[in-house]
Amino acid sequence: MSVDQKTVRHIARLARIAVRDDELEALAKELNGILDWVEQLGEVDTADVEPMTSAVAMAMKMRDDVVTETNLQKEVTRNAPGAEDGFFVVPKVVE
Amino acid sequence: MTDLTSLTLAEARDALKKKEITSVELTGAYLKEMEAAGALNAYVTVTAEKAMEMARASDAKLQKGEGGPLEGVPLGIKDLFCTKDVQTTACSHILEGFVPPYESTVTANLWRDGAVMLGKLNNDEFAMGSSNETSHYGAVVNPWRRQGSDAKLVPGGSSGGSSAAVAARLCAAATATDTGGSIRQPAAFTGTVGLKPTYGRCSRWGIVAFASSLDQAGPIARDVRDAAIMLRSMAGHDAKDTTSVDRLVPDYEAALAGGVKGLSVGIPKEYRVEGMPKEIDDLWTRGIEWLKAAGATVKEVSLPHTKYALPTYYIVAPAECSSNLARYDGVRYGLRVEGRDVTEMYENTRAAGFGAEVKRRILMGTYVLSAGYYDAYYLKAQKLRTLIARDFTEAFSEVDVLLTPTAPSAAFAIGEKTDDPLSMYLNDVFTVTVNLAGLPGISVPAGLSGEGLPLGLQLIGRTFDEETLLRAARAIEEAAEFTAAPGAWWRA
Amino acid sequence: MSEFESTMRQREPRAEDLIKGQTGDWEVILGLEVHAQITSKAKLFSGSSTTFGAEQNTQVSLVDAAMPGMLPVINRFCVEQAIRTGLGLKAKINLRSVFDRKNYFYPDLPQGYQISQFKHPIVGEGEVLLDMADGRVVTVGIERLHLEQDAGKSLHDQHPAMSFVDLNRSGVALMEIVSRPDMRSADEAKAYVNKLRTILRYLGTCDGNMEEGSLRADVNVSVRKVGSPLGTRCEIKNVNSIRFIGQAIDYEARRQIEILEDGGKIDQETRLFDPKTGETRSMRSKEEAHDYRYFPDPDLLPLEFTQELVDGIKASLPELPDNKKARLIAEYGLSPYDATVLIGEAARADYFEAVAKGRDAKLAANWVTGELFGALNREGHSIEETPVTAKQLGELIDLISDETISGRIAKQVFDSMYKTGRDPAKIVQEEGLQQVTDFGAIEAAIDAIIAANPDKVEQTKVKPQLAGWFVGQVMKSTSGKANPQVVNEILARKLGLSSDG
Repeated sequence: MSVDQKTVRHIARLARIAVRDDELEALAKELNGILDWVEQLGEVDTADVEPMTSAVAMAMKMRDDVVTETNLQKEVTRNAPGAEDGFFVVPKVVE
Repeated sequence: MTDLTSLTLAEARDALKKKEITSVELTGAYLKEMEAAGALNAYVTVTAEKAMEMARASDAKLQKGEGGPLEGVPLGIKDLFCTKDVQTTACSHILEGFVPPYESTVTANLWRDGAVMLGKLNNDEFAMGSSNETSHYGAVVNPWRRQGSDAKLVPGGSSGGSSAAVAARLCAAATATDTGGSIRQPAAFTGTVGLKPTYGRCSRWGIVAFASSLDQAGPIARDVRDAAIMLRSMAGHDAKDTTSVDRLVPDYEAALAGGVKGLSVGIPKEYRVEGMPKEIDDLWTRGIEWLKAAGATVKEVSLPHTKYALPTYYIVAPAECSSNLARYDGVRYGLRVEGRDVTEMYENTRAAGFGAEVKRRILMGTYVLSAGYYDAYYLKAQKLRTLIARDFTEAFSEVDVLLTPTAPSAAFAIGEKTDDPLSMYLNDVFTVTVNLAGLPGISVPAGLSGEGLPLGLQLIGRTFDEETLLRAARAIEEAAEFTAAPGAWWRA
Repeated sequence: MSEFESTMRQREPRAEDLIKGQTGDWEVILGLEVHAQITSKAKLFSGSSTTFGAEQNTQVSLVDAAMPGMLPVINRFCVEQAIRTGLGLKAKINLRSVFDRKNYFYPDLPQGYQISQFKHPIVGEGEVLLDMADGRVVTVGIERLHLEQDAGKSLHDQHPAMSFVDLNRSGVALMEIVSRPDMRSADEAKAYVNKLRTILRYLGTCDGNMEEGSLRADVNVSVRKVGSPLGTRCEIKNVNSIRFIGQAIDYEARRQIEILEDGGKIDQETRLFDPKTGETRSMRSKEEAHDYRYFPDPDLLPLEFTQELVDGIKASLPELPDNKKARLIAEYGLSPYDATVLIGEAARADYFEAVAKGRDAKLAANWVTGELFGALNREGHSIEETPVTAKQLGELIDLISDETISGRIAKQVFDSMYKTGRDPAKIVQEEGLQQVTDFGAIEAAIDAIIAANPDKVEQTKVKPQLAGWFVGQVMKSTSGKANPQVVNEILARKLGLSSDG
């Protein structure tokens, strides 16, 4: 598998990272280098192997249905680059 | 008391308890050293006022004969740990100015036990790196230099600020995190002890996430005892992290007395990689002899999937990071770079906020998870993890701990490997298997390279058997008698 | 045949469901994805409140705001609610399921991913029976039910250039219930949502409040010529009323038919229904990035529970609508129609049963579905708000059965009960509405009317149907209280008519 510049642009778009056209070639080269290297996993037959789901085998703990949080409006908005009247403010979203 | 900062954590703790020294004196001494060590760039934030305030509170308790296990002991905190009302950035431009309204569970545990916070330590941006050169706040410089050279060396990474600060005595001990070797490799590069606990031993709550299934907090300390003391305070079940384990935290310091008589030590043959420097190989052999001499039995074991660990890691970690770092979008905290619409704002913010290595991993992770590639990459890698973990399970049916080198080389020069991501990734070749399998590992300083740089040996233990691991580490430490220290060239 | 198509229930097309086009008849194929907010105090993965209508960002925990280093911890009750719902849909409960991350960027999605269940949902296949107005029962297959988080809310009308984001809903527990493409008309789709809502409300797992967004539907619409393979479908997102679902389907089906008949092709896309215009339009913003990069959430272990837990929940289930309907028909001899009307809400059926107990069930059904539901509808009251209790309505029916009052007077009494909440016996007594069955009194009234209208008496002898006029006069003079049967008997005798004539 090989990543071309168009694919890099697509991935960057998915990841919401602006890339300049002059960066594409170098990025494609780097990604291909890493991808070629990980290709070696193909040598291993994993047909009958279950994927690991957690590093430590245990049952998932759960919380009770109890409201534990109070009003944190100030705390959650205090670091926001754009906030007004308790809202987060972002450039207009077009649906 | 002339040189308070030369005390180990255990010594400082005992002196404080006996009221031979005060926390204010000790904290003041560290703050002075920190101020003089700007050249190392180990700290990104110094919390001098808070430190003195905490020290005074500790002294008040100590005066009354009260206080926790770490009462009055000054620590450095990796900037990956969220600290309430103290800027936390993971050393990324994108989190610049972020002041958490909360405290990570691990640091909260340390403050509960009486520790004093000196400041926030530098690290690779979002803990992605093996040399601490990807930090937005600049590279950390290793206190160690090659003999007869003043070339600046890396302190390892990603916990390079932690390792440098401990080595240069800018704190009694430091917190760190380890996703692929980020505690153990920097410890090896700086002649310090780095302990990566079993996945689930320490809570991840409040630690800026890199790769959730691999991240684990642990200490970097001056010796094995200090690491044991730190772990006891850091560890514990946390209801806020369902991957943290509900198990009693043992008295790790007490476990050190156990010795290694009758312990069975495995030597994984696959770790004898091609092109391994002779001095590393020799060090390893010496380690084997030391353990034998201390009464352990040694046997060769096989971990056949070792060679696949690094490529597996470089699928799993970027995939998880691409998702974990999606929250840095310029909406709720940190950097925002405006754009014509919200999408452009995201793209501009993330382009400006993330450094090259972080972007590379996000793109890589986005690619391996994207439509049509999931099975070939991520699923395949998670299956390899099963095989790698199974290798360890089988080895641990024969032996109690494994002994390997920590890193394939001693510290290298700043800038030496930044152009080649793959050669940088190879630093983690001996450490990354442990993260993939969720096991505990420790790096202990064991000797010096031909150039006079510290080298470390790694011990790997069974899940949640940090006690045996620490006992073996203590045996290596005792035999190695590693007393070398860097010359304090950085003092302004 | 596509894999998707092979999962469809095979159904003979009905002429009534087909849409006439220029080129022939079209069949509409409908499948729904319903998002139902789980009734719970706290959110799915955090301890924030789920109360509706709170001030912006006041029910947002650090986890909901995706602060760095925050981790999800699952709410046990929400898991049990999903199991309960699965059982209510007669579905397979999966003892092991997995949470995945669905990755996309949107300002009201703070993590940059939604925690959902992709490959391994908590509930597998089930079914819902639709009770159609014409008495048909249509079976709709359920493909799956999975747990997921709701997103926050972006407000676009507060500022010309900016959107305002409120994360109060962020992280609220949802069940996404995915149907098979088994519906063939807007009526069936509406009946499906109605029935699903009823089941959820019986179970207490979702309040079904569509105005507050507790229940929303994504409607998949495609059309095809009868007997042709499936057409390309469009998904109409987030339709939030049953009426709108019908309108959206009608519009969308016609739109697709027009395109196809003009020789065009349908683009598979996400569309939005605009209630103001009654039209659907393309949501371009959703188009470009349909690559959600699902992968198991590494912060959460697999969701595992025991069959004992499932069995325990099963044992605690209430009687479900279909069972209740069957029982009402069997036990009370109700028509399927009346039974369907009654089971729409458990409280309505309970009310009916309280009224019907020990009484004429058909009479009870008529009064409950006719007078009471009519009045509730008119006044906009819910069954819980009824001013007439079941006990009172039962007493009213008793007054009819023992002939204390006539049916006609009973309606008058009922209106008074509804207005004042008073007991029927009291109203009857205070207002003197008892039925007069006293022969003497009725005879006297009749005699007076006959004496006063000799011409009418003569006419009636020729045209017996005029006797009705006399009945009316008698009722008028007795304020409607005369027992109509007695009136008829006496009149017939006095006017010389055969009483059974």
